[in-house]
Amino acid sequence: MAKVTKKQIPSKPLPKSRTGIHGLDEILNGGLPKGRPTLVCGAAGCGKTILAVEFLVRGATEFNEPGVFVSFDERDDELCQNALSMGFDLLTLSSRKKIVLESVRVEPSEIEECGEYDLEGLFIRLGNAIDSIGAKRVVLDTLESLFSGLRNGSVLRAELRRLFEWLKNRGVTAIVTAESGVGTLTRNGIDEYVADCVILLDHRIEDEHSVRRLRVIKYRGTLHGTDEFPFIVGTAGFSVLPLSSLKQDHKASNQRVSTGIPRLDAMLGGEGFFRGTSILLSGCAGAGKSSLAAHFVNAACERGERAFYMASEQSSAEVVRNMRSIGLDLEPWVKQGLLKFYASRPGACGLERHLFALHELVLDFKPQIVVIDAVTNFSAAGNELEVKSMVTRLIDLLKSMETTAMFTSLTSGDGASQQSGVGVSSQVDCWLLLRNIEANGERSRGLYVLKSRGMAHSNQIREFNLTDHGLELLDVYVGPGGMLTGAARFVQETRETQESEERRQRLVRTKLDLEQKAANLAQAIARMQAEFALEKQRVLGETAIVEEQERRVELNRSQMANIRRADVAKGNGHTKERVPRS
Amino acid sequence: MKTRKLKVPPVKAKGERWLLRLYVAGSTIRSLRAIENLQVLCDQYITETYRIEIVDLLKTPTLATGDQIVAVPTLVRRLPPPIKKIIGDLSDTDKVLVGLNITVDKHDPSKGPRLVKE
Repeated sequence: MAKVTKKQIPSKPLPKSRTGIHGLDEILNGGLPKGRPTLVCGAAGCGKTILAVEFLVRGATEFNEPGVFVSFDERDDELCQNALSMGFDLLTLSSRKKIVLESVRVEPSEIEECGEYDLEGLFIRLGNAIDSIGAKRVVLDTLESLFSGLRNGSVLRAELRRLFEWLKNRGVTAIVTAESGVGTLTRNGIDEYVADCVILLDHRIEDEHSVRRLRVIKYRGTLHGTDEFPFIVGTAGFSVLPLSSLKQDHKASNQRVSTGIPRLDAMLGGEGFFRGTSILLSGCAGAGKSSLAAHFVNAACERGERAFYMASEQSSAEVVRNMRSIGLDLEPWVKQGLLKFYASRPGACGLERHLFALHELVLDFKPQIVVIDAVTNFSAAGNELEVKSMVTRLIDLLKSMETTAMFTSLTSGDGASQQSGVGVSSQVDCWLLLRNIEANGERSRGLYVLKSRGMAHSNQIREFNLTDHGLELLDVYVGPGGMLTGAARFVQETRETQESEERRQRLVRTKLDLEQKAANLAQAIARMQAEFALEKQRVLGETAIVEEQERRVELNRSQMANIRRADVAKGNGHTKERVPRS
Repeated sequence: MKTRKLKVPPVKAKGERWLLRLYVAGSTIRSLRAIENLQVLCDQYITETYRIEIVDLLKTPTLATGDQIVAVPTLVRRLPPPIKKIIGDLSDTDKVLVGLNITVDKHDPSKGPRLVKE
């Protein structure tokens, strides 16, 4: 007894047995309880058997834990065939002694009950199968079939209780599947005995789409995810998609990614988006969302990065053709394997399947850039809450891979521009809004950055044109009556050009006038100078004549004095002239 | 397939019209009681030649698969066909007779047991 007590109080945390099923181990915080039975219940067709088969196959192939599959419903060959459709080759595994298939059939028609009995036969078979390959894992699918084959319920209950104890003592990790009853987990209440871990699978139809959910109802001795988690049964088996990681522990890159449009980069702090962030591109129909996204993709491929483009409205060939009209040739990138398209109608399958497909493709292709065009189309496959949760999970996945994701979102035309359509606006790091600006009987395209976490960004509404050489952002033009776009902008710009031309010409004319005036002035100066020179000459000439006359008068006077012998009055007249020259 | 190897060896007809195989697990009181009940019943009601095989699954566990044994004790009527299974310690003779498709005219037991044709 003391030994048992000691065993029940382990010093280490509960040992786990990994299922290897995508996403399930995360929810179970490591795996199923090792050495204990786990109950997997759910209605018919919800995926119990597939879960169990995958648990065994992964155990045998990945964790070197051989397993025994005891089927109460299907024959061996049927089971093998069914499992093969999921890609699990049970036949090969069983020939390699990794898995033992044991089908237990209890036909009520050929069995008569008479007196006391127990299920020792089952125990012996199970024990024999476990021993034959040293199995560590056991699946009992569906144990409750025994209840339809054997009528003595009380014996059965007692024996099942003993079976679970026996399994625990054998130390095998077991999955027991059971059909859920009306209002109960299992039809015959065997959940009372297998109480360590209970997983409920649910398969329901919502709005014509199948939705599968998994919930861990109970898991003794460990933490586990308690939400309903969507899961997928695909060609690669069972896959659970945790709603979101329990922790937000994404790395934050400081690296920047160009948008492919230099002037848009300039609006985003000069360098573009941060790598590994999610970008929302919202706008109404024809606003240029896909074109902008194509630029982003093109730029990524030019850098040699891999890009993934989910087109939900057009086929890949259509995208390539349409983008050629704005001068982007995406075809070489497709040929080089840098660009991968995933074109699928949102309504073609349920959201989970879409998400699963995206998961698979993204994990396989490992793109640096992902474009989902348009995320709002998913609302064709689910309600807003579901779409939101799907996008959340997608963002989560992409962030964890440091993939830059761009989601385009279609907003309805009338005024709902501030809504993203699927309520993901708070989850994205950067939100570009494309708007149709209607004025003066025409429409022009505008773009602005509504938010961009962690960088200084422009608050301008920018007009852009889709030209045959790409998307071009125009200069900001703010007129007296507000921002002008389109033809109004053109008219205003033309008017301004005219005015400035006139001003320029006026200036030229003024300059010419001035030059003319200067020339005139120069001419006038020259004329006046000539006149002056003439005058000067004339004056000089006259002076000479007067002097000559005066000299003659003096001469005459001295001659007269000589003649009259008059003395010369002192200080009178010119001494110079007083001296006779001769 | 594994199950094919584990199949019970085919019944070799040695002239018996009846071949009954009783699967037990060890010498428990229940097993012994079943063996005893079967012996008494056969002596009393089966007028033709018959053979009883006792299979102890603790000794030969692989034999459990072939006849799809789940519960013990299980009595399997291998001959005459079709195969019939009776589980339990065979304490209720009437039920065993029904299970083996043997009818006895209660009013005139001298007519002896008859095998119900199916």
